[in-house]
Amino acid sequence: MARCRVCATVGHPSYPRMTMRASLERQRYLLDYTLAALSRRKARNLGLLLAYTLLVFLFSAVLLLSQGLRREAALLLQDAPEVVVQQLMAGRHALLPAAWLDSLRQIRGVGSVKGRLWGYYYDPVIKANYTVMVAPDRSLAADQLIIGAGLARARRLGVADYFSLRAADGRALPFKISGVLDTHSELLSADLILLSEAGFRALFDFPPDHYTDAALTVRNPREAATIAGKIALALPGSRPILRAELLRTYDAVFSWREGMLFVTLGALLLAFMILAWDKAAGLSAEEKREIGILKAIGWETSDILAMKLWEGMLLSLTAFLAGYLLAWWQVFHDGARWFAPVLKGWAVLYPDFRLTPAVDLQQLLVLLGITVLPYIVATLIPIWRAAIADPDAAMRG
Amino acid sequence: MIELREVSKIFNQGQPNECRALCGVSLDLARGGITAFKGPSGSGKTTLLALVGCLARPTSGRILLDGRLLSNLPERFLTEVRRHTFGFVFQQFNLIRGLTVLENVMLPAYPLGWPYRELVNAASILLDRFGLAAKASSRVEWLSGGEAQRTALARALINDPAVLIADEPTANLDSALSREVLTLLGELAGQGRTVLVSSHDPLVFDAAQVDRVVELHDGRIVRDAGRARAPS
Repeated sequence: MARCRVCATVGHPSYPRMTMRASLERQRYLLDYTLAALSRRKARNLGLLLAYTLLVFLFSAVLLLSQGLRREAALLLQDAPEVVVQQLMAGRHALLPAAWLDSLRQIRGVGSVKGRLWGYYYDPVIKANYTVMVAPDRSLAADQLIIGAGLARARRLGVADYFSLRAADGRALPFKISGVLDTHSELLSADLILLSEAGFRALFDFPPDHYTDAALTVRNPREAATIAGKIALALPGSRPILRAELLRTYDAVFSWREGMLFVTLGALLLAFMILAWDKAAGLSAEEKREIGILKAIGWETSDILAMKLWEGMLLSLTAFLAGYLLAWWQVFHDGARWFAPVLKGWAVLYPDFRLTPAVDLQQLLVLLGITVLPYIVATLIPIWRAAIADPDAAMRG
Repeated sequence: MIELREVSKIFNQGQPNECRALCGVSLDLARGGITAFKGPSGSGKTTLLALVGCLARPTSGRILLDGRLLSNLPERFLTEVRRHTFGFVFQQFNLIRGLTVLENVMLPAYPLGWPYRELVNAASILLDRFGLAAKASSRVEWLSGGEAQRTALARALINDPAVLIADEPTANLDSALSREVLTLLGELAGQGRTVLVSSHDPLVFDAAQVDRVVELHDGRIVRDAGRARAPS
């Protein structure tokens, strides 16, 4: 092997064949060079990093929040009755006669049957709709009620305060607050008022032999759909609703809202892609010259592309990580206050609740796919075009 | 041995700004010694060196290195030849700003993946040899013209090339520094390297170290004079 005339070593180790170690060293050198190149154009790269991070943050926050809400709704609906039966009149929800409860009990496969009393109350003071329910498992006097934490905050009410509600006949009915619901159940209870049956019927002038609907348990949950069919046959004016259907409805609502947000964010993504393309396609004369110099001193086109791939990956993965972590913090630790009104907005009293943090690998891959990959492709193609030019032409610009 | 056979180079061919830089140049360049290409600006010196050094391809004609045809080699193989056979010193030095002297010298060897210590060692030996050891960690934009020239020379030698190509190596230097560079080039030729220099500086083509002077005009060779090396 020939002795090097410069450093007097016997042959350079990379010549003629590159070993695995040399290959790793090569990547390390390219990474070193990339970091130096990024730091040389600080202002431009920082601006791009910020725009990129914001984009990932927006997409991640919407995805994390809508998935968190879906998960939360599913968890809460675990405790919901397996079947709810309503009466329909002219296609609309009507009050359910008490006599139906016995008819339902006689259907084979039905476990327990309970008549439920619930409705809505509009409070003109804070322009909010409350959900009013009877809580049969709580012993409340006719003039007592329990309120949700959201309502308590909005009306600045506490235990032992009096809260007057306007009855159906126009009279103001004073109720004494006997409790405020725990905050951990706020998703469903923020705007909730729990009353006794007597208090409920008095407030709404509700007929004594009717209920809002009926909640059923079934002996074999797998047969819930079959039992629902039997109910529809036995009581032709009824509408049985399965828990699974409720879940699907929630899912559809969240998907629709999520879709609307993504359409809006799509415009942002497009703007970012234009920025990335412009950044990459509009290689400055200095960058083109640099590529020419590197090729002239012995870098291959693949070395230039690998270096630029490192640059794209460093930039996009840093932005991805920062944007995702920021979204995580926003959604799971800051109550998603920027996006909640759009995704949760079914009530005036927004619940103040914490979603359970969870990582969904598929979701993460989708996010990577729509943010990192397009950027890398958008930057690599113009660089490749610059890198395949003759070094002499590239240096001349 | 480098052979050029009827080599032509046309820039922007077929366009209104077409420029014929070289016209049917044939030339044999033997191993070793210093060959200087002289001629006025636009005579084709830089283009000729770029073609010999595989920085560009001829529009027509053939270039051979040790009998191997270079002009039709695929890009990857051409880079391989360029990397291991040629070292370049550009007129404007073409050092990468923002990097240190040491990093600039190491740069051509990055894709080869040498062990880091060995690469730093080789670069340090070169810097020491060219009196730049104290400047190793300085950024190249802080260097004087002479220091930048020597850094470019060190960078050209890091891959131990057989042929050193220097385009107008004295264009940005005063007479003293020009003589210093010529001495260095003479030493490199003395070690068996082939040194190809373009210049329109009489200090270069009249120098004792130069073995052969090829004169170009309008893309053609108008004079080719070899001479015996002056005793050192």
